[in-house]
Amino acid sequence: MLYREAGDFKTSYAEDNQTFPIKFDRYAYYLLLVAAFGVVPFFINDYWANAVLVPFLIYAIATIGLNILIGYCGQLSLGTGGFMAVGAFASYKLMTAFPEVSIIVHILLAGGITALVGMAFGLPSLRIKGFYLAVATLAAQFFLVWLFNRVPWFYNYSASGQISAPERSVFGINVTGPNVDAWAQYMVCLVFVFASAWLARNLTRGTMGRSWMAIRDMDIAAEIIGVNPLKAKLTAFAVSSFFIGIAGALLFTVYLGAAEVGEAFGIQKSFLVLFMVIIGGLGSIFGSFAGAAFMVLLPVLLKNVLVGGMNWPTDVAAHFQFVIVGALIIAFLILEPHGLAQLWRVAKEKLRLWPFPH
Amino acid sequence: MSAEFYYGVEVFLNGLMAGVMYSLVALGFVLIFKASGIFNYAQGVMALFAAMTLVGLQTGQVPFSHLINATFGVHITHFGWELPALVAIFLTVLVMILFAFLVERLVLKHLVNQEPIILFMATIGLAYFMEGFGDLMWGSDIKKLDVGIPQGGNVWVENHTAFLGGDDFYGFYLDTLDIIAALVAIVLVTVLVLFSQYTKTGRALRAVADDHQAALSVGISLRTIWVIVWSIAGFVALVAGIMWGSKSGVQFSLSLIALKALPVLMLGGFTSIPGAIVGGLIIGVGEKMFDFLIGSPYLGGATENWFAYVLALLFLVFRPQGLFGEKIIERV
Amino acid sequence: MNTMTENSTVGYVTDDGRQIGGTIMEMKNITLRFGGVVAIENISFDIHEGEIRAIIGPNGAGKSSMLNVISGFYHPQEGEVWFNGKKRPSMKPFEVAEQGIARTFQNIALFKGMTTLDNIMTGRLTKMKTGMLSQAIWWGKAAKEEEEHRQKVEEIIDFLEIQAIRKTPVGRLPYGLQKRVELGRALAAEPKLLLLDEPMAGMNVEEKEDMSRFILDVNDEFGTTIALIEHDMGVVMDISDRVVVMDYGKKIGDGTPSEVLANQEVIDAYLGVSHD
Repeated sequence: MLYREAGDFKTSYAEDNQTFPIKFDRYAYYLLLVAAFGVVPFFINDYWANAVLVPFLIYAIATIGLNILIGYCGQLSLGTGGFMAVGAFASYKLMTAFPEVSIIVHILLAGGITALVGMAFGLPSLRIKGFYLAVATLAAQFFLVWLFNRVPWFYNYSASGQISAPERSVFGINVTGPNVDAWAQYMVCLVFVFASAWLARNLTRGTMGRSWMAIRDMDIAAEIIGVNPLKAKLTAFAVSSFFIGIAGALLFTVYLGAAEVGEAFGIQKSFLVLFMVIIGGLGSIFGSFAGAAFMVLLPVLLKNVLVGGMNWPTDVAAHFQFVIVGALIIAFLILEPHGLAQLWRVAKEKLRLWPFPH
Repeated sequence: MSAEFYYGVEVFLNGLMAGVMYSLVALGFVLIFKASGIFNYAQGVMALFAAMTLVGLQTGQVPFSHLINATFGVHITHFGWELPALVAIFLTVLVMILFAFLVERLVLKHLVNQEPIILFMATIGLAYFMEGFGDLMWGSDIKKLDVGIPQGGNVWVENHTAFLGGDDFYGFYLDTLDIIAALVAIVLVTVLVLFSQYTKTGRALRAVADDHQAALSVGISLRTIWVIVWSIAGFVALVAGIMWGSKSGVQFSLSLIALKALPVLMLGGFTSIPGAIVGGLIIGVGEKMFDFLIGSPYLGGATENWFAYVLALLFLVFRPQGLFGEKIIERV
Repeated sequence: MNTMTENSTVGYVTDDGRQIGGTIMEMKNITLRFGGVVAIENISFDIHEGEIRAIIGPNGAGKSSMLNVISGFYHPQEGEVWFNGKKRPSMKPFEVAEQGIARTFQNIALFKGMTTLDNIMTGRLTKMKTGMLSQAIWWGKAAKEEEEHRQKVEEIIDFLEIQAIRKTPVGRLPYGLQKRVELGRALAAEPKLLLLDEPMAGMNVEEKEDMSRFILDVNDEFGTTIALIEHDMGVVMDISDRVVVMDYGKKIGDGTPSEVLANQEVIDAYLGVSHD
C-alpha cells in the first residue's frame, strides 16, 4: 500500500521507455533531486562533506564507470586505481599548463584522456576473457602507478613526487585549493554525479547498452547476431574509463588536494571500487550509488562504534573492518549476487503489499 | 670475460631463485584451479596467514591479544613458552587443514555452479577476510620468522665459481636460503606429481579436475576432494610463507607475491604444473634481467613492479592458452 | 515435381504450389578441418530464395559445423560461400549478420540477464544506426529510433504470442518459451536467410507442432528463406521443401523429402548397414 504501481498505465512506447516508468518512483526521484541540490548545500558542514558526502559522490562516479565495464559488459577490471590516477595526473598537468582554462573543462578532458588510455588497455579484451583479462588489467594498474611515480614530468619535477592542486574557481567561487567551502566541493561533485548518472543511464538503455549486455551474457552468440565485439568492448572500456578518469580527477583536485600516486591510487583503490560494484549490484546504476554509499559509510560507522564507543585502538578497528568487508563480499556473492539494488527491488515488492499479507 | 658479464650471470641466477619462489606460489593456484575451477586470489594471503600462524605458535603469542586487551583492559601478549620449529609447523598444517574445511563449509558449498568470475571475486573477499583476521589474531607488526634455515651468501658456491673470472671476480653470490627454497620446491613438485599420478586420491583429483558431474556420478565426493585440495594448497602456502618469510620477514607485502603468481600462471597456463614451474622461472629471470639490462639504465628502475604483468599481457594476446595449455576450440 | 539444373538461378514450384525464387546462397566444395579431424568434406549445396531447406544427418555428421560456416563462425579451409550472387570474402560473424543472415542455436544462446523485450531488441542491432553521443543524450534521434524499432519488435512479440513475458528476464522462462524468444530475436533482424539449429530439440509433441507452425508462418508471411537442422524426421519431411543429408562430414543425399527417403545411402546411414 505504501508503494503503488497499480493504475499506472502507459499509452505510448516513449512513456514505457522512460527511466522511472512508475509514478511513485518518479516523484521520489524528483524529491531527492530537490533535496540534493536545494537543501543539503545549506546545511552541509566540513565533517559531513569530508567524511561522507564528497567521497560518496566521487566514488559513485567511479562505481558507475566500473559497473558499466563489469556489470553491463562483463569485462572484469582490476585497473581502476591506475585509471583514476590517469584522471588525476591529466587534470594536474592540464591545470598547471593552462591555468586560464576553466577547471571544469580540465576535468572533462582528463576524463577523455583516461578514456583513450582505457581503450588502449582494453584492446587485449578482444583476445582474452574472464580473469585472464583481470590479470591483464593488473598490468595497467602496476604500469600506470609506476609511470606516474618514476617519470618526473608527470609531477612537474616536484621534490616530494607529490602533486598538489592549485587554487581554481568556478563562477568566482573556489572549488580547489586550501580555501574552499564544504558546500562548493559538494556542489561541484554533485553536478558531475548527476551528469554521469544521466549519461550512463541513457547509454545503458539503448543500442549500446544492449550490445554490452549481449557480450556479457553470451559473447559468441552476440557476435553471431550482429554485435561487433571490438566496438562493444572498446566503447565499454572508453565510457567506463571516462567516468573513472573524472572520478580520479575530482578525487585529486576537489577532495584530496594533494596526492602521492602509490598511496592514493594503488591496487587497494581498485578493490575498493570493485567492492562497491559488487555490494551495490552488478549492472545497476542505482546499485552503484548504494554500493558507494555503503562502502563510504561502513568505515565511518565502524570507527564511531569501535573506536568511539568501545575504545578499541584504531589499528585493531581497521583490521576488523577488513574482516567485515571480506565477509560481506562473500555473503553478498552467495546470497544476493545482484547486491543492494536487488534487495531494494525485493523491498519494493514487499512494500506494495504491506500491511496486507497478500 | 668482463665483470659486467659475470654480474649479469649472477642477476640471472638470482632471477632463477626468485622464479622458484614464484613457482611455489603459482603451484598452489594451479592445484586449486585444476580441482575446482576456482582462481584462488587468496593464495597469497594464505601464505601470509600460514607464516603468521607459524610465528605466532612458535613464539607462544596469545591469539587475538589486541582484541582481548582492548575489550577487557588487560595486558597479555605471550603465553611465555616457545615451541620447537617442527612442532609449530605441524600445528600450522593442522590450522591450514581446519581452514580448508571451513572454506569448503562456509563458502565453496554455497557457490557451486556459479560462474568462474563470481568465484574469483569471492576469493578476493576471502583474501580480505583472512588478511583482517590474521592481523586481528596475530597483530600486524613485521615479524621475524626463523625455523633454522641458514641464510646469507653461500660460501661454497662463491669459492667454487671464483676461478671463472679474473682477479676482481670473487665468485657468484647466491643466498643459501634461495638454494634451499629451490630444492624444497623441486621436492614438493615431485611429490605432488607422484601423488596425483599414483594414488587413489590423486586419481580422484584428476577426475574432478576433468569434469565435476562425471566425477560425482562415479561416486567421488566433490566436497571431500575440495577439502583435500584446499589443504594441500594451504600446505604449499605454508612452504611458500616459510621461504618468503625467512627471507624478508612476515609482513603484508608477503600477500602481494600472490599477485606475481598471476602472470606466472598466464605464461604457464592455469592447469599445468610444469607450466607453473617454467612460467615462474621465466618471470623471475625475465624481470631481473629486464631491470638489469633496460629498466635500471634507461627507465629509472623498479620495473620489477610491472614487468611480469606486461610480459604476461603481451604473451596472452598472442597465445591465450599459455605455454602448455591446450588450444581452445570455441563452440556454439 | 520440379526439375532443376545444377547452380540454377531460376526458381521452381513446390508440390503444394508455392513459387520458389532463384539461388540465394550457394556452398561450393566446402571442406572444414579441426587439426586432423575433418568435420566437413567437400560439400556443395544451394539454398533458394523462399524455400525451407533442411540439413539432416546422424550425430556428428557435421550439420552444426556447416551452419557455423554459413554464419561465419568457422572458416573453411577450402571452398567458397556465395551469397546473393556474390562470392563472400572471409568475414567475421557480425559482418555476416549485417548481410542479413540470422540464426538460432542448438543450445539456447539467449542473453539470460536481459528481458524478452531487450533480447529481441538486440536482434535489431544491425538496423539501428544512431551514434553514441546521440544515445548518451537520449534526445531526438536516439529516442525516436528506439521507439520505431520497439514498434517492429512488438509486432514480432504479437506474432509469437509472447506478450505476457515481455518484461521477464529470459533466464526465468521455461525451455519452450526460450526457444520461441530466440526465434523472435532472429526474426527481429528481418533476415534474408534464417538459420535454425535444431529448433525442436527437447520439445514435446505439442511444442513441436507450435514451433512447426511458427516456422511455416515465418516462411509464408515474411517470405523468409529458412535453412534448418533437425533430428525429427517426421517434422523435417513435413515442413521442408528440399533436404541435404550428411553423414561423417560428407553429403550423401540431396533433393525433395520423397527423393531423399528413397535414397539407399540415406537409409543405410539412418538404419545401419549389414556388413557382410
